[in-house]
Amino acid sequence: MLDSGKIREDFPILSKKVYGKPLVWLDNAATSQKPRSVIQSLVDYYEGYNANVHRGVHALSIESTDAFELARQKVADFIHADAAESIVWTRNTTEAINLVANTWARDNIGAGDEILLTPMEHHSNLVPWQKVAQENGARLKFIPMHEDGTLDLENIDAIFGPRTKLLAIVHVSNSMGTINPVKELAARAHAVGAMVLVDGAQSVPHMPVDVNDLDCDFLAFSGHKMLGPTGIGVLYAKRDVLEEMDPFLRGGEMVLEVWYDRATWNALPMRFEAGTPNIADAIGLGAAVDYLQALGMENVRQHEVELTGYGLKRFEELDEVVVYGPQNPDVRGGAILFNAADIHPHDLGTIMDRQGIAIRTGHHCTMPLMRTLGVAATARASFYVYNTTQEVDTLVDGLKEALEYFAHEVRGA
Amino acid sequence: MRFEELDDLYHATILEHRRHPRNSDRLEDPDITADGVNPFCGDEIHIQIALDSEGRVSRVGLQGVGCAINQATGSMLSDAIQGKTLDEVAALSRSFNDLMTGGPHSDGLGELTTLESVRQFPIRIKCALLAWSALDEGIEDYAPARSR
Repeated sequence: MLDSGKIREDFPILSKKVYGKPLVWLDNAATSQKPRSVIQSLVDYYEGYNANVHRGVHALSIESTDAFELARQKVADFIHADAAESIVWTRNTTEAINLVANTWARDNIGAGDEILLTPMEHHSNLVPWQKVAQENGARLKFIPMHEDGTLDLENIDAIFGPRTKLLAIVHVSNSMGTINPVKELAARAHAVGAMVLVDGAQSVPHMPVDVNDLDCDFLAFSGHKMLGPTGIGVLYAKRDVLEEMDPFLRGGEMVLEVWYDRATWNALPMRFEAGTPNIADAIGLGAAVDYLQALGMENVRQHEVELTGYGLKRFEELDEVVVYGPQNPDVRGGAILFNAADIHPHDLGTIMDRQGIAIRTGHHCTMPLMRTLGVAATARASFYVYNTTQEVDTLVDGLKEALEYFAHEVRGA
Repeated sequence: MRFEELDDLYHATILEHRRHPRNSDRLEDPDITADGVNPFCGDEIHIQIALDSEGRVSRVGLQGVGCAINQATGSMLSDAIQGKTLDEVAALSRSFNDLMTGGPHSDGLGELTTLESVRQFPIRIKCALLAWSALDEGIEDYAPARSR
Protein backbone atom coordinates (compact mmCIF):
# COMPACT_ATOMS: atom_id res chain seq x y z
CA MET A 1 0.00 0.00 0.00
CA LEU A 2 0.95 3.63 -0.38
CA ASP A 3 2.53 5.38 2.59
CA SER A 4 -0.68 7.22 3.44
CA GLY A 5 0.78 8.64 6.63
CA LYS A 6 3.37 10.51 4.61
CA ILE A 7 0.90 11.44 1.86
CA ARG A 8 -1.48 12.93 4.42
CA GLU A 9 1.14 15.50 5.40
CA ASP A 10 0.81 16.97 1.91
CA PHE A 11 -2.91 17.69 2.37
CA PRO A 12 -3.49 20.62 4.75
CA ILE A 13 -7.23 19.97 5.09
CA LEU A 14 -6.71 16.47 6.49
CA SER A 15 -5.51 17.85 9.80
CA LYS A 16 -8.83 19.64 10.24
CA LYS A 17 -11.18 18.67 13.06
CA VAL A 18 -14.93 18.38 12.50
CA TYR A 19 -17.08 18.68 15.64
CA GLY A 20 -13.83 18.15 17.54
CA LYS A 21 -13.08 14.86 15.77
CA PRO A 22 -10.42 14.22 13.12
CA LEU A 23 -11.83 14.60 9.62
CA VAL A 24 -12.30 11.24 7.90
CA TRP A 25 -12.79 12.13 4.25
CA LEU A 26 -14.61 9.28 2.51
CA ASP A 27 -16.40 11.33 -0.13
CA ASN A 28 -13.68 11.14 -2.74
CA ALA A 29 -15.97 10.06 -5.55
CA ALA A 30 -17.70 13.44 -5.15
CA THR A 31 -14.47 15.41 -4.94
CA SER A 32 -10.94 14.80 -3.75
CA GLN A 33 -8.88 16.93 -1.39
CA LYS A 34 -5.93 18.93 -2.74
CA PRO A 35 -2.24 18.59 -1.94
CA ARG A 36 -0.23 21.68 -1.03
CA SER A 37 1.57 21.59 -4.40
CA VAL A 38 -1.72 22.08 -6.26
CA ILE A 39 -2.83 24.89 -3.98
CA GLN A 40 0.62 26.49 -4.30
CA SER A 41 0.50 26.30 -8.11
CA LEU A 42 -2.63 28.49 -8.05
CA VAL A 43 -0.96 30.99 -5.75
CA ASP A 44 2.19 31.00 -7.89
CA TYR A 45 0.14 31.73 -10.99
CA TYR A 46 -1.89 34.57 -9.52
CA GLU A 47 1.06 36.10 -7.65
CA GLY A 48 3.71 35.52 -10.24
CA TYR A 49 2.51 35.41 -13.86
CA ASN A 50 -1.23 36.03 -14.15
CA ALA A 51 -1.89 36.96 -17.81
CA ASN A 52 -4.23 35.87 -20.57
CA VAL A 53 -2.95 33.12 -22.82
CA HIS A 54 -2.26 32.97 -26.56
CA ARG A 55 -2.57 36.74 -26.93
CA GLY A 56 0.06 39.06 -25.64
CA VAL A 57 3.67 39.47 -26.68
CA HIS A 58 4.66 40.46 -23.17
CA ALA A 59 6.65 38.38 -20.73
CA LEU A 60 3.80 37.35 -18.42
CA SER A 61 1.57 36.22 -21.27
CA ILE A 62 4.36 34.08 -22.65
CA GLU A 63 4.94 32.59 -19.23
CA SER A 64 1.26 31.85 -18.61
CA THR A 65 0.80 30.38 -22.10
CA ASP A 66 3.78 28.09 -21.58
CA ALA A 67 2.50 26.88 -18.20
CA PHE A 68 -1.03 26.44 -19.56
CA GLU A 69 0.15 24.38 -22.54
CA LEU A 70 2.60 22.41 -20.40
CA ALA A 71 -0.35 21.36 -18.23
CA ARG A 72 -2.14 20.18 -21.36
CA GLN A 73 0.88 18.10 -22.31
CA LYS A 74 1.02 16.61 -18.80
CA VAL A 75 -2.62 15.55 -19.04
CA ALA A 76 -2.04 14.10 -22.51
CA ASP A 77 0.91 12.07 -21.22
CA PHE A 78 -1.10 10.97 -18.19
CA ILE A 79 -3.72 9.21 -20.34
CA HIS A 80 -1.17 8.24 -23.02
CA ALA A 81 -2.71 10.42 -25.70
CA ASP A 82 -0.61 10.76 -28.84
CA ALA A 83 -0.83 14.55 -28.94
CA ALA A 84 -1.69 17.48 -26.70
CA GLU A 85 -4.03 18.67 -29.49
CA SER A 86 -6.37 15.87 -28.42
CA ILE A 87 -6.89 17.47 -25.02
CA VAL A 88 -9.72 20.03 -24.86
CA TRP A 89 -10.20 21.92 -21.58
CA THR A 90 -13.74 21.96 -20.25
CA ARG A 91 -15.25 22.81 -16.88
CA ASN A 92 -15.79 19.19 -15.92
CA THR A 93 -16.89 15.75 -17.18
CA THR A 94 -20.45 16.94 -17.72
CA GLU A 95 -19.38 19.77 -19.99
CA ALA A 96 -17.05 17.45 -21.92
CA ILE A 97 -19.93 15.05 -22.61
CA ASN A 98 -22.25 17.91 -23.54
CA LEU A 99 -19.62 19.13 -25.98
CA VAL A 100 -19.72 15.81 -27.83
CA ALA A 101 -23.53 15.65 -27.64
CA ASN A 102 -23.88 19.12 -29.11
CA THR A 103 -21.31 18.68 -31.88
CA TRP A 104 -20.39 15.20 -33.08
CA ALA A 105 -23.61 13.52 -31.95
CA ARG A 106 -25.92 16.26 -33.21
CA ASP A 107 -24.34 15.98 -36.66
CA ASN A 108 -23.82 12.23 -36.90
CA ILE A 109 -26.72 10.53 -35.15
CA GLY A 110 -29.93 10.37 -37.16
CA ALA A 111 -33.49 9.07 -37.04
CA GLY A 112 -33.66 5.41 -36.04
CA ASP A 113 -30.04 5.32 -34.89
CA GLU A 114 -29.16 3.88 -31.51
CA ILE A 115 -27.12 5.27 -28.63
CA LEU A 116 -25.98 2.43 -26.40
CA LEU A 117 -25.67 3.11 -22.66
CA THR A 118 -25.57 1.15 -19.40
CA PRO A 119 -28.10 1.26 -16.53
CA MET A 120 -25.41 2.65 -14.21
CA GLU A 121 -24.69 5.90 -16.07
CA HIS A 122 -24.31 9.08 -14.06
CA HIS A 123 -26.92 11.67 -15.06
CA SER A 124 -24.12 13.46 -16.90
CA ASN A 125 -23.78 10.57 -19.34
CA LEU A 126 -27.52 10.02 -19.72
CA VAL A 127 -29.41 13.32 -19.84
CA PRO A 128 -27.35 14.81 -22.74
CA TRP A 129 -28.11 11.71 -24.82
CA GLN A 130 -31.81 11.96 -24.03
CA LYS A 131 -31.72 15.36 -25.73
CA VAL A 132 -29.88 14.01 -28.78
CA ALA A 133 -32.34 11.13 -29.03
CA GLN A 134 -35.35 13.45 -28.78
CA GLU A 135 -34.05 16.00 -31.26
CA ASN A 136 -32.62 13.60 -33.84
CA GLY A 137 -35.19 10.83 -33.55
CA ALA A 138 -32.63 8.36 -32.21
CA ARG A 139 -33.19 5.69 -29.58
CA LEU A 140 -31.45 5.03 -26.26
CA LYS A 141 -30.63 1.40 -25.66
CA PHE A 142 -29.27 -0.08 -22.44
CA ILE A 143 -26.92 -3.03 -21.97
CA PRO A 144 -28.56 -5.29 -19.36
CA MET A 145 -27.06 -5.56 -15.88
CA HIS A 146 -26.74 -8.41 -13.39
CA GLU A 147 -27.97 -7.98 -9.84
CA ASP A 148 -24.40 -7.57 -8.60
CA GLY A 149 -23.99 -4.44 -10.70
CA THR A 150 -21.90 -5.98 -13.48
CA LEU A 151 -23.01 -5.85 -17.10
CA ASP A 152 -24.80 -8.88 -18.52
CA LEU A 153 -22.91 -9.52 -21.75
CA GLU A 154 -24.39 -12.91 -22.59
CA ASN A 155 -26.35 -11.61 -25.56
CA ILE A 156 -23.93 -8.86 -26.40
CA ASP A 157 -23.87 -9.75 -30.11
CA ALA A 158 -27.56 -8.95 -30.37
CA ILE A 159 -27.07 -5.61 -28.64
CA PHE A 160 -24.66 -4.08 -31.14
CA GLY A 161 -26.10 -3.65 -34.62
CA PRO A 162 -25.90 -1.57 -37.78
CA ARG A 163 -27.99 1.16 -36.13
CA THR A 164 -25.60 1.49 -33.18
CA LYS A 165 -23.90 4.85 -33.70
CA LEU A 166 -22.46 5.52 -30.26
CA LEU A 167 -21.50 3.57 -27.17
CA ALA A 168 -21.44 6.02 -24.25
CA ILE A 169 -20.30 4.14 -21.16
CA VAL A 170 -19.04 4.82 -17.69
CA HIS A 171 -15.62 3.26 -17.07
CA VAL A 172 -16.03 2.91 -13.31
CA SER A 173 -19.49 3.33 -11.77
CA ASN A 174 -19.56 6.29 -9.39
CA SER A 175 -22.24 4.53 -7.36
CA MET A 176 -21.34 0.85 -7.18
CA GLY A 177 -17.70 0.94 -8.21
CA THR A 178 -18.23 -1.54 -11.05
CA ILE A 179 -15.35 -1.51 -13.53
CA ASN A 180 -16.83 -2.02 -16.99
CA PRO A 181 -14.96 -3.95 -19.73
CA VAL A 182 -14.65 -0.81 -21.84
CA LYS A 183 -11.85 -2.08 -24.05
CA GLU A 184 -13.78 -5.20 -25.15
CA LEU A 185 -16.99 -3.23 -25.67
CA ALA A 186 -15.16 -0.53 -27.63
CA ALA A 187 -13.86 -3.19 -30.02
CA ARG A 188 -17.41 -4.45 -30.55
CA ALA A 189 -18.69 -0.94 -31.09
CA HIS A 190 -16.02 -0.20 -33.66
CA ALA A 191 -16.77 -3.49 -35.43
CA VAL A 192 -20.25 -2.16 -36.25
CA GLY A 193 -18.95 1.30 -37.10
CA ALA A 194 -20.05 2.98 -33.87
CA MET A 195 -18.07 5.55 -31.92
CA VAL A 196 -17.12 5.16 -28.26
CA LEU A 197 -17.32 7.76 -25.49
CA VAL A 198 -15.97 6.78 -22.09
CA ASP A 199 -16.98 8.61 -18.90
CA GLY A 200 -13.67 8.44 -17.07
CA ALA A 201 -14.63 10.61 -14.09
CA GLN A 202 -14.05 7.72 -11.66
CA SER A 203 -11.34 5.82 -13.56
CA VAL A 204 -8.75 8.41 -14.63
CA PRO A 205 -8.16 9.58 -11.01
CA HIS A 206 -7.84 6.06 -9.64
CA MET A 207 -6.11 3.70 -12.09
CA PRO A 208 -3.83 3.70 -15.12
CA VAL A 209 -5.88 4.72 -18.17
CA ASP A 210 -4.44 4.45 -21.66
CA VAL A 211 -6.68 5.89 -24.38
CA ASN A 212 -4.85 3.96 -27.09
CA ASP A 213 -5.23 0.69 -25.26
CA LEU A 214 -8.95 1.33 -24.64
CA ASP A 215 -9.23 2.64 -28.20
CA CYS A 216 -11.98 5.06 -27.18
CA ASP A 217 -12.87 7.95 -29.45
CA PHE A 218 -13.76 10.26 -26.56
CA LEU A 219 -12.78 10.25 -22.89
CA ALA A 220 -14.26 12.73 -20.42
CA PHE A 221 -13.00 13.41 -16.89
CA SER A 222 -12.81 16.08 -14.17
CA GLY A 223 -9.80 17.66 -12.50
CA HIS A 224 -11.32 18.06 -9.05
CA LYS A 225 -11.74 14.32 -8.53
CA MET A 226 -8.01 13.75 -9.14
CA LEU A 227 -6.46 16.15 -6.61
CA GLY A 228 -6.90 19.12 -8.95
CA PRO A 229 -8.99 22.28 -8.62
CA THR A 230 -12.71 22.51 -9.39
CA GLY A 231 -13.75 24.15 -12.63
CA ILE A 232 -11.34 22.31 -14.90
CA GLY A 233 -12.16 19.17 -16.82
CA VAL A 234 -10.96 17.38 -19.92
CA LEU A 235 -12.35 16.06 -23.14
CA TYR A 236 -9.92 13.76 -24.92
CA ALA A 237 -10.85 13.02 -28.52
CA LYS A 238 -9.00 11.26 -31.29
CA ARG A 239 -7.39 13.88 -33.42
CA ASP A 240 -9.07 12.93 -36.71
CA VAL A 241 -12.47 12.90 -34.99
CA LEU A 242 -11.87 16.32 -33.45
CA GLU A 243 -10.70 17.64 -36.81
CA GLU A 244 -14.09 16.84 -38.38
CA MET A 245 -16.19 18.27 -35.56
CA ASP A 246 -18.00 21.60 -35.66
CA PRO A 247 -17.16 24.05 -32.85
CA PHE A 248 -19.26 23.93 -29.69
CA LEU A 249 -19.12 27.46 -28.26
CA ARG A 250 -18.16 30.37 -30.51
CA GLY A 251 -16.34 33.62 -29.87
CA GLY A 252 -12.80 34.68 -29.15
CA GLU A 253 -9.84 32.30 -29.05
CA MET A 254 -11.55 29.63 -31.19
CA VAL A 255 -11.33 31.59 -34.46
CA LEU A 256 -8.65 31.94 -37.09
CA GLU A 257 -10.04 34.82 -39.15
CA VAL A 258 -13.22 36.80 -38.65
CA TRP A 259 -15.23 38.98 -41.05
CA TYR A 260 -18.51 40.71 -40.26
CA ASP A 261 -20.49 37.89 -41.81
CA ARG A 262 -18.35 34.81 -41.25
CA ALA A 263 -15.38 33.28 -39.53
CA THR A 264 -12.92 30.44 -39.88
CA TRP A 265 -11.80 28.18 -37.10
CA ASN A 266 -8.58 28.08 -35.15
CA ALA A 267 -6.35 25.03 -34.95
CA LEU A 268 -6.99 22.20 -32.49
CA PRO A 269 -7.65 22.22 -29.63
CA MET A 270 -8.35 25.99 -29.39
CA ARG A 271 -11.24 25.55 -31.83
CA PHE A 272 -13.17 24.06 -28.92
CA GLU A 273 -12.07 26.56 -26.28
CA ALA A 274 -14.01 29.77 -26.92
CA GLY A 275 -13.27 32.68 -24.61
CA THR A 276 -10.59 33.06 -21.96
CA PRO A 277 -10.01 29.59 -20.55
CA ASN A 278 -9.63 28.57 -16.91
CA ILE A 279 -5.88 29.17 -16.95
CA ALA A 280 -5.10 28.88 -13.25
CA ASP A 281 -7.03 25.67 -12.70
CA ALA A 282 -5.60 24.04 -15.81
CA ILE A 283 -2.14 24.73 -14.39
CA GLY A 284 -3.37 23.39 -11.05
CA LEU A 285 -4.52 20.19 -12.73
CA GLY A 286 -1.05 19.87 -14.23
CA ALA A 287 0.37 19.99 -10.69
CA ALA A 288 -2.15 17.33 -9.61
CA VAL A 289 -1.02 15.09 -12.46
CA ASP A 290 2.59 15.56 -11.34
CA TYR A 291 1.61 14.45 -7.85
CA LEU A 292 -0.22 11.35 -9.09
CA GLN A 293 2.59 10.45 -11.49
CA ALA A 294 5.06 10.60 -8.62
CA LEU A 295 2.91 8.13 -6.66
CA GLY A 296 2.44 5.93 -9.73
CA MET A 297 -1.05 5.06 -10.89
CA GLU A 298 -0.49 1.31 -10.47
CA ASN A 299 0.26 2.02 -6.81
CA VAL A 300 -2.80 4.24 -6.48
CA ARG A 301 -4.98 1.46 -7.88
CA GLN A 302 -3.40 -1.17 -5.64
CA HIS A 303 -3.87 1.02 -2.57
CA GLU A 304 -7.59 1.33 -3.29
CA VAL A 305 -7.99 -2.40 -4.04
CA GLU A 306 -6.56 -3.13 -0.60
CA LEU A 307 -8.66 -0.49 1.19
CA THR A 308 -11.84 -1.63 -0.57
CA GLY A 309 -11.10 -5.28 0.09
CA TYR A 310 -10.48 -4.49 3.75
CA GLY A 311 -13.67 -2.40 3.89
CA LEU A 312 -15.83 -5.09 2.28
CA LYS A 313 -14.45 -7.64 4.71
CA ARG A 314 -15.14 -5.46 7.72
CA PHE A 315 -18.64 -4.68 6.42
CA GLU A 316 -19.38 -8.40 6.70
CA GLU A 317 -19.41 -7.91 10.49
CA LEU A 318 -22.49 -5.75 10.10
CA ASP A 319 -25.46 -8.03 9.56
CA GLU A 320 -27.86 -5.14 9.08
CA VAL A 321 -25.80 -3.57 6.29
CA VAL A 322 -26.49 -4.36 2.63
CA VAL A 323 -23.64 -3.72 0.18
CA TYR A 324 -24.43 -3.15 -3.50
CA GLY A 325 -22.17 -3.81 -6.46
CA PRO A 326 -19.53 -6.43 -7.22
CA GLN A 327 -18.00 -8.08 -4.16
CA ASN A 328 -14.55 -8.77 -5.62
CA PRO A 329 -12.31 -5.73 -5.05
CA ASP A 330 -10.16 -6.69 -8.07
CA VAL A 331 -13.01 -5.82 -10.43
CA ARG A 332 -14.34 -2.75 -8.71
CA GLY A 333 -13.22 0.78 -7.95
CA GLY A 334 -12.68 2.23 -4.51
CA ALA A 335 -16.29 2.94 -3.57
CA ILE A 336 -18.59 0.98 -1.27
CA LEU A 337 -22.32 1.56 -1.73
CA PHE A 338 -24.53 0.43 1.11
CA ASN A 339 -27.63 0.78 3.22
CA ALA A 340 -27.81 0.19 6.96
CA ALA A 341 -30.97 -1.56 8.20
CA ASP A 342 -33.94 0.76 7.81
CA ILE A 343 -31.95 3.88 8.67
CA HIS A 344 -32.44 6.34 5.86
CA PRO A 345 -29.06 7.31 4.34
CA HIS A 346 -29.54 10.97 5.25
CA ASP A 347 -30.07 10.11 8.88
CA LEU A 348 -27.04 7.86 8.67
CA GLY A 349 -25.06 10.65 7.01
CA THR A 350 -25.88 13.06 9.82
CA ILE A 351 -24.82 10.56 12.49
CA MET A 352 -21.56 9.84 10.66
CA ASP A 353 -20.99 13.56 10.15
CA ARG A 354 -21.12 14.12 13.91
CA GLN A 355 -18.26 11.64 14.21
CA GLY A 356 -16.21 13.60 11.67
CA ILE A 357 -16.82 11.06 8.91
CA ALA A 358 -17.83 12.45 5.52
CA ILE A 359 -19.77 10.00 3.38
CA ARG A 360 -22.11 10.69 0.52
CA THR A 361 -25.80 9.93 0.88
CA GLY A 362 -28.63 10.08 -1.64
CA HIS A 363 -28.93 8.97 -5.25
CA HIS A 364 -25.37 9.85 -6.34
CA CYS A 365 -26.71 11.41 -9.55
CA THR A 366 -27.83 7.95 -10.66
CA MET A 367 -31.58 8.09 -9.99
CA PRO A 368 -32.52 5.44 -12.59
CA LEU A 369 -29.95 3.06 -11.10
CA MET A 370 -31.39 3.56 -7.61
CA ARG A 371 -34.81 2.60 -9.00
CA THR A 372 -33.26 -0.48 -10.63
CA LEU A 373 -31.71 -1.45 -7.29
CA GLY A 374 -35.11 -0.89 -5.70
CA VAL A 375 -33.94 1.77 -3.25
CA ALA A 376 -34.65 5.49 -2.99
CA ALA A 377 -31.23 6.36 -1.69
CA THR A 378 -27.99 4.80 -0.50
CA ALA A 379 -24.84 5.71 1.38
CA ARG A 380 -21.39 5.62 -0.21
CA ALA A 381 -17.89 5.59 1.19
CA SER A 382 -15.19 6.20 -1.42
CA PHE A 383 -11.42 6.03 -0.99
CA TYR A 384 -8.30 7.74 -2.29
CA VAL A 385 -4.56 7.87 -1.83
CA TYR A 386 -4.62 9.46 1.64
CA ASN A 387 -7.16 7.09 3.19
CA THR A 388 -6.00 4.46 5.67
CA THR A 389 -7.23 1.16 7.05
CA GLN A 390 -7.66 2.96 10.39
CA GLU A 391 -10.16 5.25 8.70
CA VAL A 392 -12.03 2.21 7.39
CA ASP A 393 -12.13 0.98 10.99
CA THR A 394 -13.48 4.36 12.11
CA LEU A 395 -16.16 4.07 9.43
CA VAL A 396 -17.22 0.59 10.50
CA ASP A 397 -17.19 1.53 14.19
CA GLY A 398 -19.24 4.60 13.35
CA LEU A 399 -21.77 2.49 11.49
CA LYS A 400 -22.05 0.20 14.50
CA GLU A 401 -22.75 3.22 16.69
CA ALA A 402 -25.39 4.48 14.25
CA LEU A 403 -27.10 1.09 14.11
CA GLU A 404 -27.16 0.92 17.87
CA TYR A 405 -28.43 4.48 18.12
CA PHE A 406 -31.39 3.80 15.88
CA ALA A 407 -32.10 0.39 17.39
CA HIS A 408 -33.45 2.14 20.48
CA GLU A 409 -36.82 3.36 19.43
CA VAL A 410 -37.81 5.21 22.57
CA ARG A 411 -35.35 7.68 23.92
CA GLY A 412 -35.89 10.55 26.25
CA ALA A 413 -35.02 14.03 25.10
CA MET B 1 -24.23 6.62 23.87
CA ARG B 2 -22.00 9.32 22.47
CA PHE B 3 -24.56 11.24 20.41
CA GLU B 4 -26.29 13.36 23.04
CA GLU B 5 -26.51 16.28 20.64
CA LEU B 6 -28.34 14.05 18.17
CA ASP B 7 -31.06 13.26 20.68
CA ASP B 8 -32.62 16.65 19.95
CA LEU B 9 -32.71 15.95 16.24
CA TYR B 10 -34.00 12.43 16.71
CA HIS B 11 -36.46 13.28 19.45
CA ALA B 12 -38.55 10.31 20.62
CA THR B 13 -41.68 11.91 19.15
CA ILE B 14 -39.99 12.26 15.77
CA LEU B 15 -38.82 8.65 15.76
CA GLU B 16 -42.24 7.45 16.80
CA HIS B 17 -43.87 9.27 13.86
CA ARG B 18 -41.23 7.88 11.52
CA ARG B 19 -41.98 4.32 12.60
CA HIS B 20 -45.74 4.75 12.64
CA PRO B 21 -46.64 7.41 10.08
CA ARG B 22 -50.20 8.72 10.44
CA ASN B 23 -52.77 8.91 7.63
CA SER B 24 -50.60 6.99 5.18
CA ASP B 25 -53.47 5.53 3.13
CA ARG B 26 -53.82 7.16 -0.26
CA LEU B 27 -57.11 9.02 -0.79
CA GLU B 28 -58.79 8.00 -4.01
CA ASP B 29 -61.06 11.05 -4.30
CA PRO B 30 -59.06 14.04 -3.10
CA ASP B 31 -59.98 17.67 -3.70
CA ILE B 32 -56.36 18.71 -3.44
CA THR B 33 -53.21 16.82 -4.34
CA ALA B 34 -49.70 18.00 -3.58
CA ASP B 35 -46.41 16.38 -4.52
CA GLY B 36 -42.92 17.40 -3.53
CA VAL B 37 -39.54 16.11 -4.60
CA ASN B 38 -36.13 17.18 -3.40
CA PRO B 39 -33.96 16.73 -6.50
CA PHE B 40 -30.73 16.76 -4.48
CA CYS B 41 -31.55 13.84 -2.21
CA GLY B 42 -34.47 12.14 -3.97
CA ASP B 43 -36.89 12.52 -1.08
CA GLU B 44 -40.56 12.46 -2.10
CA ILE B 45 -43.82 13.42 -0.48
CA HIS B 46 -47.35 12.91 -1.81
CA ILE B 47 -50.37 14.49 -0.12
CA GLN B 48 -54.09 14.10 -0.81
CA ILE B 49 -56.69 16.25 0.93
CA ALA B 50 -60.48 15.93 0.99
CA LEU B 51 -62.57 18.92 2.07
CA ASP B 52 -65.99 18.92 3.70
CA SER B 53 -68.92 21.09 2.60
CA GLU B 54 -67.61 23.99 4.67
CA GLY B 55 -64.22 23.86 3.02
CA ARG B 56 -62.47 22.30 6.01
CA VAL B 57 -59.95 19.49 5.75
CA SER B 58 -61.87 16.31 6.45
CA ARG B 59 -59.43 13.61 5.43
CA VAL B 60 -55.71 13.50 4.60
CA GLY B 61 -53.56 10.92 2.85
CA LEU B 62 -49.79 11.31 2.97
CA GLN B 63 -47.10 9.02 1.54
CA GLY B 64 -43.41 9.70 1.45
CA VAL B 65 -39.98 8.30 0.79
CA GLY B 66 -37.18 9.82 2.74
CA CYS B 67 -35.33 10.38 5.96
CA ALA B 68 -36.71 10.38 9.48
CA ILE B 69 -37.13 14.17 9.58
CA ASN B 70 -38.99 14.25 6.27
CA GLN B 71 -41.23 11.33 7.22
CA ALA B 72 -41.98 12.56 10.72
CA THR B 73 -42.78 16.08 9.55
CA GLY B 74 -45.19 14.72 6.96
CA SER B 75 -46.88 12.51 9.51
CA MET B 76 -47.29 15.38 11.99
CA LEU B 77 -48.53 17.65 9.21
CA SER B 78 -51.21 15.15 8.24
CA ASP B 79 -52.57 15.25 11.80
CA ALA B 80 -52.16 18.99 12.30
CA ILE B 81 -54.19 20.18 9.33
CA GLN B 82 -57.28 18.08 10.10
CA GLY B 83 -60.43 20.18 10.52
CA LYS B 84 -58.75 23.41 9.39
CA THR B 85 -59.84 25.73 6.59
CA LEU B 86 -57.31 26.26 3.80
CA ASP B 87 -56.57 29.72 5.13
CA GLU B 88 -55.84 28.23 8.54
CA VAL B 89 -53.63 25.58 6.90
CA ALA B 90 -51.71 28.29 5.06
CA ALA B 91 -51.25 30.18 8.32
CA LEU B 92 -50.00 27.02 10.02
CA SER B 93 -47.53 26.51 7.19
CA ARG B 94 -46.21 30.06 7.60
CA SER B 95 -45.89 29.50 11.32
CA PHE B 96 -43.93 26.28 10.77
CA ASN B 97 -41.66 28.04 8.29
CA ASP B 98 -41.04 30.72 10.91
CA LEU B 99 -40.20 28.02 13.44
CA MET B 100 -37.64 26.53 11.06
CA THR B 101 -36.05 29.85 10.16
CA GLY B 102 -35.88 31.11 13.72
CA GLY B 103 -38.57 33.76 13.38
CA PRO B 104 -41.43 34.43 15.78
CA HIS B 105 -44.06 31.72 15.45
CA SER B 106 -47.49 31.12 16.90
CA ASP B 107 -48.08 28.64 19.71
CA GLY B 108 -50.53 26.55 17.70
CA LEU B 109 -47.94 24.15 16.29
CA GLY B 110 -48.48 21.40 18.84
CA GLU B 111 -46.02 18.53 18.54
CA LEU B 112 -44.57 20.11 15.40
CA THR B 113 -42.54 22.25 17.79
CA THR B 114 -40.40 19.18 18.55
CA LEU B 115 -38.91 19.79 15.09
CA GLU B 116 -37.45 23.10 16.28
CA SER B 117 -34.25 21.21 17.07
CA VAL B 118 -33.70 20.63 13.34
CA ARG B 119 -32.52 24.24 13.24
CA GLN B 120 -29.30 23.09 14.91
CA PHE B 121 -28.67 21.01 11.76
CA PRO B 122 -29.13 23.63 9.02
CA ILE B 123 -28.51 21.15 6.20
CA ARG B 124 -31.54 19.16 7.36
CA ILE B 125 -34.05 22.05 7.48
CA LYS B 126 -35.04 21.34 3.89
CA CYS B 127 -36.04 17.83 4.99
CA ALA B 128 -38.59 19.36 7.37
CA LEU B 129 -39.87 21.88 4.85
CA LEU B 130 -40.43 19.57 1.86
CA ALA B 131 -43.94 18.48 2.89
CA TRP B 132 -44.97 22.01 3.79
CA SER B 133 -43.77 23.61 0.58
CA ALA B 134 -45.53 20.86 -1.39
CA LEU B 135 -48.69 21.55 0.60
CA ASP B 136 -48.41 25.31 -0.07
CA GLU B 137 -48.15 24.67 -3.81
CA GLY B 138 -51.04 22.22 -3.75
CA ILE B 139 -53.28 24.76 -2.06
CA GLU B 140 -52.14 27.51 -4.42
CA ASP B 141 -52.97 25.36 -7.43
CA TYR B 142 -56.36 24.56 -5.94
CA ALA B 143 -57.35 28.14 -5.11
CA PRO B 144 -57.90 29.41 -8.69
CA ALA B 145 -59.90 26.31 -9.56
CA ARG B 146 -62.07 26.98 -6.51
CA SER B 147 -62.85 30.55 -7.58
CA ARG B 148 -63.88 29.59 -11.11
